[in-house]
This record gives sequence, C-alpha cells and structure tokens, in this order.
Amino acid sequence: MYTYDPHDQKLVDERVAQYREQTERFLAGKIPAEEFQQLRLRNGLYVQRLAPMLRIAVPYGMLSSKQLRKVAHITRYYDKGYGHLTTRQNIQLNWPHLEEVPDILEELASVQMHAIQTSGSCVRNVTTDQYAGSAKDEIEDPRPWAELLRQWSTFHPEFNWLPRKFKIAVSGSLEDRAAIQVHDIGLRIVERDGIRGFQILVGGGLGRTPVIGSQIKDFLDQKHLLTYTEAILRVYNRYGRRDNKYKARIKILVRAMTPEVFREKVEVEWASIKDGPGTLTVKEVNRAKSSFSPPKYDALTDIDPEQALISGDAAFKNWLKQNVLPHKMPGYAIVNLAVKATGIAPGDITDEQMELIADLADAYSFGELRVTHEQNITLADVKQKHLYALWQRLVSENLSSPNLGLLTDMICCPGGDFCSLANAKSIPVAEAIQRRFDQLDYLHDLGELHVNISGCMNACGHHHVGNIGILGVDKKGHEFYQISIGGSANFSAAIGKILGPSFAQEEIPAVIETIVQVYVTNRESEEQFLDTLHRIGIEPFKDAVYQTDD
Amino acid sequence: MLCIKQMTKIIKNGEVIESAFTIVKDENFNIGIANQLLPLSIYLKNQENLMGRNDYGVWLDSNEEIEVLSGIIHFNVIALNFPSFNDGRPYSNANLLRERLKFRGEIRAIGDVRRDQLEQMVRCGFNAFEMAENEDLAASLDSLQGFSLSYQATADRPEPLFRKR
Repeated sequence: MYTYDPHDQKLVDERVAQYREQTERFLAGKIPAEEFQQLRLRNGLYVQRLAPMLRIAVPYGMLSSKQLRKVAHITRYYDKGYGHLTTRQNIQLNWPHLEEVPDILEELASVQMHAIQTSGSCVRNVTTDQYAGSAKDEIEDPRPWAELLRQWSTFHPEFNWLPRKFKIAVSGSLEDRAAIQVHDIGLRIVERDGIRGFQILVGGGLGRTPVIGSQIKDFLDQKHLLTYTEAILRVYNRYGRRDNKYKARIKILVRAMTPEVFREKVEVEWASIKDGPGTLTVKEVNRAKSSFSPPKYDALTDIDPEQALISGDAAFKNWLKQNVLPHKMPGYAIVNLAVKATGIAPGDITDEQMELIADLADAYSFGELRVTHEQNITLADVKQKHLYALWQRLVSENLSSPNLGLLTDMICCPGGDFCSLANAKSIPVAEAIQRRFDQLDYLHDLGELHVNISGCMNACGHHHVGNIGILGVDKKGHEFYQISIGGSANFSAAIGKILGPSFAQEEIPAVIETIVQVYVTNRESEEQFLDTLHRIGIEPFKDAVYQTDD
Repeated sequence: MLCIKQMTKIIKNGEVIESAFTIVKDENFNIGIANQLLPLSIYLKNQENLMGRNDYGVWLDSNEEIEVLSGIIHFNVIALNFPSFNDGRPYSNANLLRERLKFRGEIRAIGDVRRDQLEQMVRCGFNAFEMAENEDLAASLDSLQGFSLSYQATADRPEPLFRKR
C-alpha cells in the first residue's frame, strides 16, 4: 500500500500543528463558532447530538495492521472502546473530546493517517473497490489513481470552499463495487485498442435528489486525469448554486445546465490547462503504481473446494459460500469479515476486534486489510489452506456471520441515536430486521438482497440504491419510515421506487417480511429479488404491503 | 454622494500598510476622484472616461466572471469580494486572473476575509487583504505562510509537487 514519503509526512504534521493552534484559539474565544465549525469540519470533526464525532480518513479503504492497532488504541484511550465503519470506507469515533482532537490527530499522523477533508464542502475521501488488486475481474488496479487524486485534492486551495461536499469514486473492474454512478465524479477504467483510459461520469448522487451520473467523457487518456478533474471542479466551484444547500450539489448543476452544456464548459476549461504542468508524468504514475505492486504471493494451486469443505462443519461451509470470494491468484481467496452481528449497530467494531483483525491480517493477509463501503472488512489475500483456521478465530470474536450480501448484511447510518441531522433512528430498525430474519438457511435461500437504511434524506445509509431501502422521516414529530424497492448500486445502478405511505418503526420487520414473501412466491428458478421485481413490477408488492390496512 | 472613508489598514505583501483606495459601492460617485475601487459594472460603462488614468482599480463580486476583463485591464489593482467567508468563487477568479489573464498587479481580497483562509488565498494569487471587521491584522500575518509545500500547481507555485519528486 501507499507509504508516505517525507513530503506527505510533513504536510500531515503541519496540519496537526495548524489545527492544534486553531483549536487553542477557538477555546480562547478568538475564532467565532460559525467559522471554527467550518475549520473543524474540514478536519473531520462534527458536533453531534451527544458528543463530537471524528471521522478518520481511510484513503480508498486501505489500512495496515499497524494503523488499525493505532485506531484501536485511540478508541480505547480517547473514546469508548469502539469505532464505526462508514459507507465512505472511513472510521468514525463517536465520543472524542474537542480539546483532545489535536492529540488524536498527532497519534494518527505517527502512523501516516489523518482526518483531512473527511467532511465540509470540499473534496472528500476518494473511494474504490474493496477487492482492488485481488479481484478476478479487474482490468487495472484503481488504487494508484485514487492515491493520485487524494494528493491532488488534499488542501487544494481553490477547491476548499465548494458549494457543497464532493465525492469521487474509481472502479477498475468489470463489476462496479465502488458505486461510481452515484458519485459526484465516477471514474471507470476502460480499455480501448489496448490503451487504458477513464470513462467519466458526473452528477450522480444520493441525498434528497437521487440521480444516476451522466457520462461526459467516454475515454480520457490516463495522464490527463488531474487536469480534467480540475476542469470539472472549477466549473462546479464557479457555477454551482450557493443560495440553497439542498440544491448545491453538482448533480443539480449538471441537470440545470444539461449534461451536454456542462460537458462543453468543462471541455473549454480543460483546453486551457490540458498538457500543462498538472499533466501526469510517466515517472509519477509509475511511482504511484509501485506503491501497490502485488504482495509476494507463493506459487500455489487452487484447493479443491470439496476438500476444503470436508475439514469443516456446516457453519464453516455457509461462511465459505457466502463470505469468501475467488482471487486472481491460484491458491488464494478474498475473505470478508461481516461486521454485522445481530444486536450490534451495523459497522460498529470494538478495540479488541480491531486488534484481533490486525493480528489476523498479519498472520494471513500480508498485514493489510480494507474497509468496505458496505461497512465490512476485507482480508484480500488469504491462502485457501488457511481459511478454516482463520474462520475458527473469527467465530470466537463474533466476526464470522456468514451473511455477506444477504438481507441481514444491511448498510446503515448511525441514525438518530448519534447523528444530529437524522429524523429517525436506524440502528434499532436494522436490529429488529436482523432478529426477524434469524434463520440462516432461509437467508441463503433468498440470496443476494441488499437492505439499506438511512435515518434522514442525507442518505448516508445509501437507501436509494438498496434493493429494499428504508428512509427515516419525520411526521409531526414522530419517527416514520418510508420504504422503496428496486434500487441497485452496481453498473446497472438504479434508484429505488417508493412503495407508498410510511410506516411506524415497529411495523418495519413485518413489512420487510411481506416484501420478501411476495418475492419468494413469485420468483422463477434462480431469479434474484431484482429480477423478480423487474418481471412482475411494483404493484404486487404494493398490494401485499398495504392490504394489511383493510 | 462621495464615498469618503478613513484610511483603511490592509495586509499587502506580508506587511500591514495603509490603503490608499476607497471601495465604491453604489452608483452615486464622482469618477474624477482618485484612488477608488470601482464596481465592475461602473468600470465597464466608464472605460472611455477613464482612459489615460491608472489611479483607480476595479472590484468584482463573487458571482462576476473575471474573463470579462480580458484585454481591458488598464489599472493596477483588482479587488475580489467575499460576500461570506465560505463563498469559494473568488479563489477561482484569482487563480484565473493570474494564470489565464496574466495579471501581475495587486489582487486584493475584500469583504468577509478571515485569518485562517489567508494561505489558501495567497496560493490562488491574492497578495493584499482587507480583513473582516474583527480580525487582528498583526496576528493575521502569522497565518499567511501556511504549509511549507503543496501537492498542486497553483498561482504561486507553477509546478506540482510530483514534478519535483
């Protein structure tokens, strides 16, 4: 993974010192609260319902075991002994003290980590495929490009006060595991006549106005990545709306201008900077790529899956089937640890679990791990012959739920329990659903079914792209939930359709069960939930869900 | 009506100095007076009357596009207004003014100019600052420098870091 050189380290250290000085001035009453809010947000610090919340950047989800141990240490000494994995592949602390944040940042800097631009109206953490470098369907590893973008966007002086937050995702594989169509900029590595380039989408996003991104470039030579991105950001910074924060995202600008006009503006801007000093050099691209060269894989052959199964019991078999994916190298596997055990807030992870995972990464996966946008953890390079031993250790730490991609592997924001923006709680809803669907065989029979929950329309839980989406709404001071179905976050991305009037919290598990029953009753052969929905339409689901009121 | 204002202290090129200029904010002004910063619209209407003079400057609001001045800059000071400290448009205007319009005179930040943003402004090409009301100018000098290096190429650093690695 990418290792800081003295330049990178210097910048992060200087930011810690700068932020410490800003915090001191704020505490001394020398910076007005509304101004300090913007300064601290650009360093990941929100002030939430119960306490400040610090969002630590995990660039494109990659962590070393050493870094994870440091995060575990920080949660133990500065917080309450746990952290939360976010849908932007970051880690959040829920209970830090504002006065101690500079110390936390200093600890993070000692292991090449920071909280820079994890919130505020600026370019946020660049996200990518959690299986990058290991996936079988990969055209090219997207991480070097994500790192180049990270550096370019870090403290970019022109784009630190954008109309609104700005999110970039990069995908380098055939299947989209980075949800690039619902990002402000979505980049997909494509190949044309043996040359690699980027397909560029802009203006996708969730939130109040969910939109699938529009293509503005079908093929961009890779060396132009930074200048083209700069042109997009400049057009957005100048023309994006600033009068209404709900209309300030780039998706609104692209729609108002039309994607064609937006594209023309970008092209005109780009013409002035194309081939300028921002153009990537071969040397720099190679430097970035060398940080992600493959680990030292042993020459192995694939183990007969049947043979692997003999050693295990049924629970191991389920886990193998659901949480373990094929690897590009023979004899290796990609392992997902589901951080979604029933009874625990989805994505919450304790200091002890972090330390265990760090140990497992050292023992089985070259000392590296990834945070996924589905709020799980991936060990991307595990030898197949180690799978059983690894699984046994996961079982003892409640990290072996074999529910990856299944109904109970929900994406869920922190919701009204923690977040001051939320209209409604989301964690208890997730838990109630997990309790209702506690039969593992049944879950496996249902197959891949993504349930996403957001506590408000800011959509941190990505409810629009859940196969079943649940959105917390406020109805005269009471918490209600609106259900949508048909969303999807892969290359065939779609925004879910709202089923009808919203429900009270206690009704949700039964409603989800009814929806699932309509699917089970109507499905043909191997159809997945979305296939059945596309074939029979939304009406049978509506009828079944709302007839209970008669 | 004349816009008479007492001398304002500003930061310019790293020092606190007295500003000679007065900012004109409405239509009622006397073009004959020296040392005024004129709104863009007034400058555009009065270009002929101002011929041969360079004792004035022009200011733009954040929603005005700097390209309008392309080829018609006959003065040494351009001020860019920050209606609010979180309006980021003047950064793009300043950058374009230096990079594209090749303006070498004074670019002055006016309006809601806060200490903790000075270094970003410097990097986008601003070199003079009329600070917001409650800012301490002497203390603000400490925030001009900022980081000792940067990844990107911007007005004050023509080459990105990667070309030096």
